[in-house]
Amino acid sequence: MTIHTNRRAFLKGTGAGLVVGVMLPQAARAAQKSGASAALATGEAAEGAFAPNAFVRIAPDDTVTVLVKHIEFGQGPYTGLSTLVAEELDADWGQMRATSAPSNPALYANTAFGIQGTGGSTAMPNSYMQMRKAGAAARAMLVSAAADRFGVPATEITVAKGVVSHEGSGQSATFGELAEAAAEVEPPVDPPVKDAKDFALIGTDRPKVDSRAKSTGEAQFTLDVYRDDMLTAMVVRPPKFGATLKSHDAGAALKIPGVVKVAAIPQGIAVYGENTYAALKGRAAVTAEWDESGAETRSSEQMMAEWTEAAHGAGKEVSSTGDTAAALAEAETVHEVVQQFPFLAHTPMEPLDAVIELREGEAEVWMGSQLQTVDHGAIAGTLGLPNDKITLNTMLAGGSFGRRATGDSHFAVEAATVAKERGQGATKLLWTREDDLRGGYYRPLTVHRLRGGLDADGNITAWDHTIATQSIMAGTPFEAMMTDGLDPTAFEGAKVLPYAVPNHRVGWARMESAIPVLWWRSVGHTHTAHAVETFMDELLEKAGRDAVEGRLALMDDETFAREAGVLRRVADMADWSGQKGYGVAVHKSFDSYVAQIAEVEDRDGTPHIARVWCAVDCGVAVNPNVIKAQMEGGIGYGASAVLFDALTLGEGGHVQQENWDTYRMLRIHEMPDVQVSIVESDESPTGVGEPGLPPLSPAVANAWRSLTGRTPRRLPMVPVDQA
Amino acid sequence: MAISFTVNGEDRQVDVDPDTPLLWVLRDELRLTGTKFGCGIAQCGACTVHMNGMTLRSCVTPVSSVDGSEVTTIEGLDSPAAKAVQDAWVGIDVPQCGYCQSGQVMSATALLEENPAPTDEEIDEAMAGNICRCATYVRIRQAIHDAAKTLEG
Repeated sequence: MTIHTNRRAFLKGTGAGLVVGVMLPQAARAAQKSGASAALATGEAAEGAFAPNAFVRIAPDDTVTVLVKHIEFGQGPYTGLSTLVAEELDADWGQMRATSAPSNPALYANTAFGIQGTGGSTAMPNSYMQMRKAGAAARAMLVSAAADRFGVPATEITVAKGVVSHEGSGQSATFGELAEAAAEVEPPVDPPVKDAKDFALIGTDRPKVDSRAKSTGEAQFTLDVYRDDMLTAMVVRPPKFGATLKSHDAGAALKIPGVVKVAAIPQGIAVYGENTYAALKGRAAVTAEWDESGAETRSSEQMMAEWTEAAHGAGKEVSSTGDTAAALAEAETVHEVVQQFPFLAHTPMEPLDAVIELREGEAEVWMGSQLQTVDHGAIAGTLGLPNDKITLNTMLAGGSFGRRATGDSHFAVEAATVAKERGQGATKLLWTREDDLRGGYYRPLTVHRLRGGLDADGNITAWDHTIATQSIMAGTPFEAMMTDGLDPTAFEGAKVLPYAVPNHRVGWARMESAIPVLWWRSVGHTHTAHAVETFMDELLEKAGRDAVEGRLALMDDETFAREAGVLRRVADMADWSGQKGYGVAVHKSFDSYVAQIAEVEDRDGTPHIARVWCAVDCGVAVNPNVIKAQMEGGIGYGASAVLFDALTLGEGGHVQQENWDTYRMLRIHEMPDVQVSIVESDESPTGVGEPGLPPLSPAVANAWRSLTGRTPRRLPMVPVDQA
Repeated sequence: MAISFTVNGEDRQVDVDPDTPLLWVLRDELRLTGTKFGCGIAQCGACTVHMNGMTLRSCVTPVSSVDGSEVTTIEGLDSPAAKAVQDAWVGIDVPQCGYCQSGQVMSATALLEENPAPTDEEIDEAMAGNICRCATYVRIRQAIHDAAKTLEG
């Protein structure tokens, strides 16, 4: 597509030499002024920057800065949203800069949520037209300014690689040179955007804006924020979920040099140090007594047993087609399984942290907020300040996977509480890895029970499915998204099957505990995809059918064409023939479609994932390289979970894993080779942060069954005591 | 207690609790924030620095034990191997969230300075101490091979 544009310019030019002769020095000048490669923005937008709308700033030095409304924690929105602007602006990729937009839902709401926030793999789909329009508006204003300056009709002006040109008169100017004049132009209300066939950037690869800064240690995370006279706070937390503070003794802690304050707060006991080590030592020296009368004292084994029992009931009806009970009663063969899934912690590399600086009547916050509007309001409420007296800076975050998107803003509230307790000045609240693992907000422990009926010919006649799990949304602002008391995150991915099953019932047994639960990369799909796709595999095996052909035969060509498309593609990639040790799964989540085939080896009784082939259909592939990276990342994150990860509570309700020595993470030698293929599509782009994960777990389990004849009924596949 | 050591070629003296982990001295006292905190128990490698050319987990290293040593952090990397590694990292866009990547780059640089043409197995062995939750492992391995090629010339 780049060739198309160039060729058009070449053909139209009376002399290609003239075009090249004029444009190359200009482009080189623009590149020289802006620096050679796209990057993170540094500092404030330059004086004299042209601000055509809320999202774009064009500076006299030719840099184009995109204000990205979505947090960048690795899924690539800085690059993706900058690509959309650059495409419509006809900018040179090297002049693009990205930075975080301020917290302001009036300007920067996620159009899928109505508030500013990131999640559900929505960054690209909800920004796709918005950011293109923002780029197109800026371009129209630059063209208008150039037409005035050149004294030529706007229709004769062309824009390429950050240079605005009029071929006939040989005049040209860079964006930066036009910035001041363009600022005087009335912004267009609804600027036209390009036809897809004219895309120069969308659909091709280019360097990410943040790779350099993240390879040199320059990228700034919340942990890297230091303010004058800043104190570091850590909190002594209850030993069990739901326990409350009875009394504490800070005497020993306060004797430690550098410990300046110890204070009881609703979350526990805050310890303030002049530096991190003082806070750590001080916290360790505090002694406390806790009231455990309201605490969760069940072990996760007890919960697993209770959840399993509940899964044997019908649960609250989620959906029902046909008469599943009757069909099961009439079936030639009934296959029944129970699948058990543990609590999982997100454990992003950067533990939770925030800096809040309180000043007279106002406050400034630095944190990696995934739900800016919710956290902003919670901080204002805690500090007793109006929203507009809080400046919330969204920092790069060292991963999240859902952990920084809490409906109750518990972390933002804790940060504001310790800041308020300290008073004026800056306070950094830091969680250690132990706080992170013991701190709750886990992927909920979940049990599935499935019963499938086959007729004498091996056709699937019935599918009965009950899911026992806690609600993620209940009791949070997201409860508004629940209808009829049903939390969609409990059964998403299980309610609608891409397979023709005449009698299909899904129920949800809502479980309760004092353990806070949260969305964990791909949310309900983390367990529903595993349950559905392993069960389907087993039913097909019982019917003597091939795992790929059998699935395709059950997919309606029209309704489930995209599921079928990725499944066919991945089967081609892996030369699928039902090889021993290969397992397949296909799953739609967040409107993207992914199929994977895993090749698993048996290493002394332990599964090793050798290779994964992955086909993805996420509509228009804005940045193929980012999509591939997210598939790799989803596969790796999923591989860690299916093989090793479990957060368990022992007798009495103590969390048993406190750090990565016992909560085992996938490491480089355990990472499979990954091949990704993107299915070409003209559909609007959909997200990729999460959809790469769900098929991995069932594909691996299916491969292991193929290899060993053993079916894992409880995850992780490598028991925790052997991990 | 005053402790003297060289950081990125500069003589530095700090007056801190001698048990303070080097990580927090680098960050809190010297404001070298490229070195990250991930676990505090030498499990994840986010805090990796070089001491006298060897990798070191700064989160479990009392600053007193580096007295008189030469410490290099990501900010001070300037060897041909380091440049090759960082260029390779950028070249195939290794980082996602980026938080662990300082440590990954430090470990990869130390590997290539010791072994300019490592095999996959040698890469796995040298890099197994560095966790990446974004699972950029496929690209880390590729980037190390790419850097090795660059160094080969």
